[in-house]
Amino acid sequence: MVHAQSIVDTPGAGHDYSHLRTFMSRMTGDEKHSEAATSTLDVIWTLYDRVMRFDPSRPDHPGRDRFVLSKGHGPMAYYAVLAVKGFIPPNALDEFGTFESMLGHHPDRRLVPGVEVSTGSLGHGLPTAVGMALGLRIHRSPSRVFCLLGDGELDEGSVHEAIAMAGRSALGNLTAIVIDNDSALHGWPNGIGSRFSVEGWETVDVDGRDHEAIEAGLRWPHPDVPLAVIATVGRRDG
Amino acid sequence: MGDRMRERFVETVGDLLTIDERTVVVLAVISHSLFDDAGLTARFPERIIDVGIREQLQIGVAGGLALEGFLPIVTGYAPFLVERAFEQLKIGLTHQGVRAIAASVGASWDASGSGRTHQAPEDVALMATLPGWDIHVPGNADELERALRHAYRSDRSSYIRMTADANAHRYSEDVGRITTLRRGSAGSPTIVAVGPVADATLDAVSNLDVTVLYTMTPSPLDGRGLRARVVGDEVLVIEPYLASTSAGRVAEAMVDRAIRIRSHGVRQPEVQRYGSPEDHRRFHGLDAAGIRRFIEGEHVTRAG
Repeated sequence: MVHAQSIVDTPGAGHDYSHLRTFMSRMTGDEKHSEAATSTLDVIWTLYDRVMRFDPSRPDHPGRDRFVLSKGHGPMAYYAVLAVKGFIPPNALDEFGTFESMLGHHPDRRLVPGVEVSTGSLGHGLPTAVGMALGLRIHRSPSRVFCLLGDGELDEGSVHEAIAMAGRSALGNLTAIVIDNDSALHGWPNGIGSRFSVEGWETVDVDGRDHEAIEAGLRWPHPDVPLAVIATVGRRDG
Repeated sequence: MGDRMRERFVETVGDLLTIDERTVVVLAVISHSLFDDAGLTARFPERIIDVGIREQLQIGVAGGLALEGFLPIVTGYAPFLVERAFEQLKIGLTHQGVRAIAASVGASWDASGSGRTHQAPEDVALMATLPGWDIHVPGNADELERALRHAYRSDRSSYIRMTADANAHRYSEDVGRITTLRRGSAGSPTIVAVGPVADATLDAVSNLDVTVLYTMTPSPLDGRGLRARVVGDEVLVIEPYLASTSAGRVAEAMVDRAIRIRSHGVRQPEVQRYGSPEDHRRFHGLDAAGIRRFIEGEHVTRAG
């Protein structure tokens, strides 16, 4: 069985939230995505520290929960969390973006232990996450899929294809987290949550900087339907 | 056993669903009724997934299922399966390092009455840009079944191009290998017919001194088999999709030989006409008369 908070006894552990910003500062060269990185920091940390089940010594453990960074942009926060949790060695952060590095400006599952899906081109992660959730359901697996999107990424039509399908498929093992920093050019009248709820999702709005609120949102009951957690971090908040 | 490729496809997929629980089918409405009629959607309600008319999602879902250890089989009209969802094929499957079987219908002109929106002569050229994919263009239902079972056993992804056109016989002896249909004299030109244009090609060359080879797998091309069979210094490729799609692979196979390579295929994708498949085959010069004109234009001499 894998457990949340496996930081306690995992290789590379011994760091906590206070180290994340330091870790992120070691990754330079992708400053255009620094806002994207810091906007996701608290949600990804809370997921890995309080909610998800995983074993960094066995990143492919079949009983693990899956995390998909759908938007792919600004993965510095993601890499910092993976380093803190023992998936990757912290000194790998210093090589960020170089030709020899496993850590690119968008994550590659074939290079980085713990990365489930290679992303970067917007609109691919949630469709893939739907497929993963369907597969886990066929396997009768208790594992869950958590997929993080940006509010700007919701512009992609493929995301809406996935939202509709997941709602009709009653995927109770799927959670989408939308980081809302007001990036969508044309905005979302009636709120982002309405885009999900109209397709049958349970939705909850949280403060994207408040770890207690984020955890409560991620644990929000959603039997037999997917859950969308709208995590607001403020306009273009970085 | 169905004589049409789409029927045989459904029958064979039904067999794969039965023998292997890792097999899943992801549909975007197209062909759903065929799976219903075969009783397969009732037998495999969890492993035949229809995402609706959402082709991008279709491939994305297939990628997610593949990441969870399944072998997804996707099918749909070539323009939607390949062209609309091309980035999903590239990122959702290929870039993730997972494999799938993508089987298209419609090909270059099956949907002649539907016009350009339902025609994709460019599909093979597009798919050939993706690493890790085999491309099969079967010439009839027997070859389709062989290609599909080969794809199932393979460790690579496979694109299988189904069409309503069909040769009268199965010409492929071994999936992926080139077959000799007819031998010309030493030094005679070699014609390579791909998939369903083989019968028309054989009709076209009835009294010409040429060697006719056949493949239903333009990628990876059986280069060794081609080199062993080309006896002259001229290779003409007859392909039922965008002209010159396979010329590069022929050139690579013959890199150390001074060979003249010419391609005959679809040169004008924007036909902007309707009519029947026969009309389109004739328009593109891929009926027997058109192939004959092309070959004669290449100054191939008559036998005897």
